[in-house]
Amino acid sequence: MSDTTAQSGPMLAADGTPLKVSLARALRRQKLRALMLIAPLFLFIVITFLAPIGDMLFRSVENAIVPDTLPETVAVLADWDASSEEAPGEDVFTALHADLLIAAEEKTHTRLGSRLNYEMPGISSLFRKSGRKVDDMTPGNYKEQFIAIDKDWGNVDVWRTIKRFSGDYTAGYFLASIDAKIGHDGFEFVDEDQRIYLFLLWRTIVLSVAITLTCTILGYPVAWILANLPLRYSNLLMILVLLPFWTSLLVRTSAWIVLLQQQGVINDTLVAIGLVDDLNRLELMHNQTGTIIAMTHILLPFMILPLYSVMKTVSPSYVRAAKSLGANDWTAFWKVYFPNTVPGIGAGAVLVFILAIGYYITPELVGGTSGIFISNRIAYHISSSLNWGLAAALGVVLLSMILILYWVYDKIVGIDNVKLG
Amino acid sequence: MKSMLTLATAAAALTVVSAAQAEDMTIVSWGGAYSASQQKAYHDPYMAMHPDVTIINDESSAEAVAKLRAMSEAGNVTWDVVDVVAADAIRLCDEGLAMEIDPDTMLAPAPDGTPASKDFGDLLVSECFIPQIVYSTTFGYRTDVAEWGGKTPEDICAVFDTDTFPGKRSLEKRPINNVEWALLCDGVAPEDVYDVLSTPEGVDKALAKLATIKDDVVWWSAGAETPQRLADGEVVIGSTYNGRLFSVIEEQKQPVAMLWDWQVFDLDGWIIPAGLPEARLKRALDYIYFATDTQRLADQAKYISYGPARKSSAPLVGKHAELGIEMAPHMPTDPKNAVHTLLYNYEWWADNRDDLDAKFQAWLAN
Repeated sequence: MSDTTAQSGPMLAADGTPLKVSLARALRRQKLRALMLIAPLFLFIVITFLAPIGDMLFRSVENAIVPDTLPETVAVLADWDASSEEAPGEDVFTALHADLLIAAEEKTHTRLGSRLNYEMPGISSLFRKSGRKVDDMTPGNYKEQFIAIDKDWGNVDVWRTIKRFSGDYTAGYFLASIDAKIGHDGFEFVDEDQRIYLFLLWRTIVLSVAITLTCTILGYPVAWILANLPLRYSNLLMILVLLPFWTSLLVRTSAWIVLLQQQGVINDTLVAIGLVDDLNRLELMHNQTGTIIAMTHILLPFMILPLYSVMKTVSPSYVRAAKSLGANDWTAFWKVYFPNTVPGIGAGAVLVFILAIGYYITPELVGGTSGIFISNRIAYHISSSLNWGLAAALGVVLLSMILILYWVYDKIVGIDNVKLG
Repeated sequence: MKSMLTLATAAAALTVVSAAQAEDMTIVSWGGAYSASQQKAYHDPYMAMHPDVTIINDESSAEAVAKLRAMSEAGNVTWDVVDVVAADAIRLCDEGLAMEIDPDTMLAPAPDGTPASKDFGDLLVSECFIPQIVYSTTFGYRTDVAEWGGKTPEDICAVFDTDTFPGKRSLEKRPINNVEWALLCDGVAPEDVYDVLSTPEGVDKALAKLATIKDDVVWWSAGAETPQRLADGEVVIGSTYNGRLFSVIEEQKQPVAMLWDWQVFDLDGWIIPAGLPEARLKRALDYIYFATDTQRLADQAKYISYGPARKSSAPLVGKHAELGIEMAPHMPTDPKNAVHTLLYNYEWWADNRDDLDAKFQAWLAN
C-alpha cells in the first residue's frame, strides 16, 4: 500500500505540465467556445427581453418627473412643515411661478398634473388651468394670484401631495399596488371601499390553482389514452388535442360564450330535455365558473403534452411486473405507474399555472365581475389610465409572487423532478 | 466594377424618386363599420384627388393612448393621423403626445365663411382635438319581452326598475355614464349631478343605486357586446353606442328599439401626433383640412348613424347610402331624440376618472 502513495506526485501530461492545469486549459477553451456559441442568443435576449422588462419594472419606483418639472419649488418646499395646517408661504409660490413658466412653455405641466392626479384627484385640472394663466401673472404677491386662479392652491393636501412625491424615487406605486399609501400619519391602508389589488391577487392565485387542478384531472386520462393507444389511433386523437391549440384564443373564447350564455347551446339543451326550468337557466358565464371552464379548455394542451411525453417513456413492463408480483390494477397504477408520471404532472402544472396567472383576455370576456384577474387591472393601467408606474408595480408583485411559488414548488416537489419527456 | 457602382447609384436614386412619388400616410381608427364609413367618406375621395398618396389603415384606436406614448418614448412615431374619443385626446394633449391645433388656420371654414372655431363651437374640448362626430351612449331594449306585459320603457329609470321591467341588463364595466344615470334616477337634479359626485357621499349614493340592480347586470367592456346580447335575448335592455344599436335595429332587423332618454353625448375626432417631421406633418394637415370640411362630415353620416360635429353639416345629412332610409331621425342630435341629454363632462372626468374607477372596480369585485 505504502509504495503507491510514495509514487503519487502531481500527475504530468505528455508535455510535462501538470495534468490538472492542462485539463483546466482545455476545458476553458471549450467553455469559451460554448459561450461564443450562445452569445448571439444571449445578447438577443438581453437586448429584446431583459432590458425592456427591466426598464418597465424600473418605472415602479421612478418619480423624476416631479423634481424635474418643479426643481425650485421642490427645493424651497423642503423647508415647509407638512404637518402644519397652513399652505406654504410666498417663497414657495414664487418658485412655483418660475417653474410653471418654464413648464408651461415646454408643455410639461400637464404631464406633471396627470402624474400627481394619480395621488390626488383634481390636481390634473389644477395644473392645466394654472399653466394657461401663468403667463398673465404680475410680479409679486404670487400666493394670492395662484389662489385666485384656483383656491386649491391654498389647500394643504395639495402641497402635502407635492412634497410627499418630490423625490426622484417613490414607494408610492408599490404601496398602491398593495392597497396602501403613506398618509398623514405614515403607512396606512386605503379606505375599505377602494381596496382591490390584494383581493384580486389572491383571487388570481386561487383561480389559477383551480384551473391547474381541473387541467390535471381532465388531462391525465386523455394523456394516458394517447400514450397507450396504437400509434394509428393515437395520432388521430393527438390532432384533436392540438386542433384547439392552433385556433386563435379569441375564437375559442367566443365559442365558449356561445355555448355558456343563458340563451346558449348548453342551457338550450338542458331546457329542451327538461333538466332545467326555462325561467331559471344556469348562469355558466360572467362569473368564476365561466373563467374556469374556458381557461381549462384553453390551457389543457399545456397539461396533456408534457404528460403524454412522460407517459410515453414509462415502460409497460413495470406495470406488468407489478401485476405478476400480485398487485391488483389499482395498486399497480398507484404504486408503480403514477409515481413515474409525477414529473410530467409537475411540468404541466408549472406551465398551466404560470400561463393562467397572467391571463386577461379570457377572464375579461367570460369572467364578469367575480372572474377577473389582476392582469385585467394591469392592462387597464397600461392602456387606459396610463398609470404605468402602478402597472409596473403590480407586475413586480405578480412576478415576485410567481417566483415565491416557484421556490415553494422547488422545496416541495423539487424542480429536477420536472420533465418534459 | 465601375458600371456596377453606377448601377447601384442609379437604383438608389430610383428608390428615392419613387419614395418621393408614392407617399404613405398611416391613419389610425376603430375598425369595423366606423372605419368603413371613413374610408368611403374621406379616404377614397382624398386618394382620388392625390393619386400619389396611399392611406394605410391601422385599427389601433382602442390602444392609441398607450401605443402613442410608447412610440413617442422610443422616438419613432409611425402614425400620421389618429382617431380617438375626446377624453383620450385630452389625455394625449396633457401628456404632450398630440399637437396643438389652431382651428381657424388649419381647418376649413364653413361654406358660408364662418370660421371653423365657430362652426365647431363648444365641441373643441381640447387644444389638440379636431371633432368629427357626435355619438351617444344610450339604451336599446328588446320589444318582445313577454314578462313586461306590453309595457315599454319610456325613460332611463326603467333600467333601475326591475319590478316593471324584469330581466338582465347590460351596462359598461366602468363608472362613466353609469353613475350619472344612477344619480338621475335617485332624484338628483341633472345640473347637480357632478357636484354630488364630487363628494364621497355622492359616489356612495350612486353605487348604492347601482347596487339595487347589481344582480341583474351583465357588464360589457367592448361596444359590440350589448348588441350581441340583445340580439341573442341574453339581456332585455342595455347601453352601448347609438351607431351599434342602429345597425342591430335597421341593418339586422332585430326586435330592438332605442331608448334615447338621457343619452350621454360624447365626441370622437382626430389628433395629430406631436413632433411629426415636416413633410409628414404637411400631408397630415392637408388631409385633416379636407376630411373635416362641411361636406365630408355630412358624407360620413350616409354610412353610419353618428352626427357630424359641424353645425354647418347638419342640413346636408341625407339618406343612408345602402338602406336608403333618412338618416336625420337616427342621429343622436335629432330634436326628437335629444329631449333629455347629458354632455360628458370632460374636465370632471379627467380629474376623477382613475379615482372613481378604483372605487367602482372595488365595488364590482366585492
